[in-house]
Amino acid sequence: MNQIGFVLLSVLAVGSALSVILQRNPVMSALSLVVTIFSLALAFLSLGSSFVAVVQVIVYAGAVMVLFVFVIMLLDLGRREPFKLTGVGRKILGIAAVAAFLFQISASLSAVGVMGARPPEPLPPGYGTALAIGRSVFTDYVYPFEAASVLLLAAMVGALILAKRRI
Amino acid sequence: MVTLGHYLGLSAVLFAIGVTGVLVRRNALVVFMSIELMLNAANLAFVAFARHRADVGGLVFVFFVLAVAAAEVAVGLAIIIAIYRNRGTVNVDEINLMRW
Repeated sequence: MNQIGFVLLSVLAVGSALSVILQRNPVMSALSLVVTIFSLALAFLSLGSSFVAVVQVIVYAGAVMVLFVFVIMLLDLGRREPFKLTGVGRKILGIAAVAAFLFQISASLSAVGVMGARPPEPLPPGYGTALAIGRSVFTDYVYPFEAASVLLLAAMVGALILAKRRI
Repeated sequence: MVTLGHYLGLSAVLFAIGVTGVLVRRNALVVFMSIELMLNAANLAFVAFARHRADVGGLVFVFFVLAVAAAEVAVGLAIIIAIYRNRGTVNVDEINLMRW
């Protein structure tokens, strides 16, 4: 991917991510998150992993975001959150903490020398296809796969119990 | 030429935006969306490293992150609905029953 494409992609991703946390209406936040997810799917495509990009769009932009919008509508949270001046000190503290965090990450990235890393390895044929990923999941990562299936079952049962009338 | 470092930088910025959302916002649903943002940033780092090393294992981990995110959203949104039924609010400042 050339540099101009990457810059456009980054601007789209970062701008929509900022929109997620700056919008006062949760519905607008959810729609901005969909844009972020699509731009990340484009980034995955540019990294040669088309199957992950497709799954990202189907699972995140499809299932997860529909669930979010459904809950926003169910709880009638479409109203704007009032802008209060009471929590400004904590907001500044939060932003300062994030700035320190970002500084830490950039310092460790440059200390490891990732920015000037050697060029990427040549891709083997079939990299990133459903065949390669599926073969890896069901051979090398079969135990994590089973653990994930148990986790999903537990989440399903938990969500059902939590959604009961009286808890 | 776009290198690994560019993608890691983008991932770090997205993660930091997610952390900001969790720390600054009061609406529990927006806090949740910020957590999704952080998971997505981690996924981008995984895919970038997988491409750099030409190793499919990184892509497999993205699927595990997706599974964990799906489970988290299902349970978390159910908890938010239960809290809204009992307390009538999703403002994390007013949900302080377990605060010390």
